Amino acid sequence: MADFDWPWEYNFPPFFTLQPNNETRTRQLTVWNNLTRNYYKHRNQSSLDINEDSPLFCNNALKRRLPTEGRLAVMEHLQGTGHAAPLDKRRTNWQVYWHTLDEWAKIIYDWSQRTGQTNSVCTIYEISNGDNSVGEEFHELDQDVVLKALKLLEEQGKCELMLFDDSQGVKFF
Amino acid sequence: MNRFEYQQAKLAEDEQFVSKDKAIKLYDGDEKTAYEDGEVVLTTHRLFWGRPGEIARGSTTLCLQLQYIVGLDEEVASSFVFGKKKRLILNLRPLLPGKLPGPMENSTAHFVKLSGRHGLDPAFMQAIRGTLEARIWLIPGDASGSNASPSRENAPRIQLRTGIGGIERAIEAKQKATDDSIAIAFQDLKALMAMAQDMVSISKSISSKIRERKGEISEDETVQFKSYLMSMGIDDPVTRESFTSNTEYFKSLARQICEMILDPMEEAGGMMSLADVYCRVNRARGLELLSPEDLLNACKFLDGPIKLRTFPSGAMVLQLESQDEEIIAKEVGEKVEEAKSLSVEDLAKILGISILLSKEHLLAAERLGIVCRDESIEGLRFYPNLFLR
Repeated sequence: MADFDWPWEYNFPPFFTLQPNNETRTRQLTVWNNLTRNYYKHRNQSSLDINEDSPLFCNNALKRRLPTEGRLAVMEHLQGTGHAAPLDKRRTNWQVYWHTLDEWAKIIYDWSQRTGQTNSVCTIYEISNGDNSVGEEFHELDQDVVLKALKLLEEQGKCELMLFDDSQGVKFF
Repeated sequence: MNRFEYQQAKLAEDEQFVSKDKAIKLYDGDEKTAYEDGEVVLTTHRLFWGRPGEIARGSTTLCLQLQYIVGLDEEVASSFVFGKKKRLILNLRPLLPGKLPGPMENSTAHFVKLSGRHGLDPAFMQAIRGTLEARIWLIPGDASGSNASPSRENAPRIQLRTGIGGIERAIEAKQKATDDSIAIAFQDLKALMAMAQDMVSISKSISSKIRERKGEISEDETVQFKSYLMSMGIDDPVTRESFTSNTEYFKSLARQICEMILDPMEEAGGMMSLADVYCRVNRARGLELLSPEDLLNACKFLDGPIKLRTFPSGAMVLQLESQDEEIIAKEVGEKVEEAKSLSVEDLAKILGISILLSKEHLLAAERLGIVCRDESIEGLRFYPNLFLR
């Protein structure tokens, strides 16, 4: 995996302190927002544990780590822009979406139209890991994320989710 | 009886009347005498016997110097006619030289008796006992006691060192010593206050000399001298006593603080913490010290070139009206920029201000978005705000 391209802020110590000045903090959180999304896209991951000292939150070379309330602020900022959602009530486990679910839904639907899958049924595994999706952004995307995106499409009347024995299928319209 | 003298019944200069009794008969030893039904008068120095009215007229009467009496006894006489009555026996010492002539020149008896027709008045007996114990006739400079025996006068007074009495006396002595030293200490304080007055007058005379000799000493020296004078004191501190209302007091106090602190304030960069102001003001006042509350209240009345300012953190400072937060913040920003990052202590050192002020400056710069903070286990540091560029 190619080295991640850290932004300059990552090497700026105040980046790891939640700034009390509102304007500064907004700017800081925006940078964190972008960084987190890019980092997770780079790693192709979507689950995040706030208490885990991942390289994202800890710059060991700088000896700085974002404190818990800072991490929570970052995640809440991501949630605000639709790029993350908490998985538990204590808000320690999060799902990160480097595209918002709306965007994902649109990307997947466009792909299905483009590849002529209308009115045919495919499994969710086929969408995220199938031969047809190689090279697409959602290839190897977390299946939970794909499912959430498809649920959005279903609400819009663009597909129908079906329950199989052990996995789920979808029919695009 | 031969110890009695003829003397005029008249009090000597330091002699005082003590008591008297009536209807008294004198005995020489056990023998009755012709001196019956007389009056006796006891003074601090002598005992007079005279016929009724004689003593009151001040005529010559029989008189016994009390110094002759060495002891008292009582005797109870009983008879069928009179019933029981007490007599007083005065035991006498041998004749002393220089005795004035008296009613009886020779006598073998060494005591006399006083006997009243109805006994002796108990109050009189009590008085004669007390007077004998007091020995007032021994006090020198006493006319009638001039021939008092010197040996008695010089009887050594034995100092008691033991027992409860001794302990009490020691405690008393200690208390007295403490009292004395406190008195001396207060004398010192008075001296100090007097000296302070002198200091003020010296400072006044120096300042007037500076005014006279303008030009003879260099400008620099003048300035320095003036600053010394400022530190030396205010010659007329505003005190609470001279005001009837608190508001008036605080207002004039505020005026004085303003006058006094203006120059140091400019030197300090236009802002001083209240603690600094408190020290400066009280040093200048010398003895009429201000309480922190009074200072704070006075500062609330400040108007004019200096004002009281409370930071969001609660810290209070006096600052010049001309002092602009944005200008300071910009300056602080420049310092931070130069050094890449600064802690509160670093900035305090660079600007020569107190830590409290340094922190307030940095927080102000942070509020304006000029610097941003870095809190870590190494402490709080401030960086140029690169986020907003």
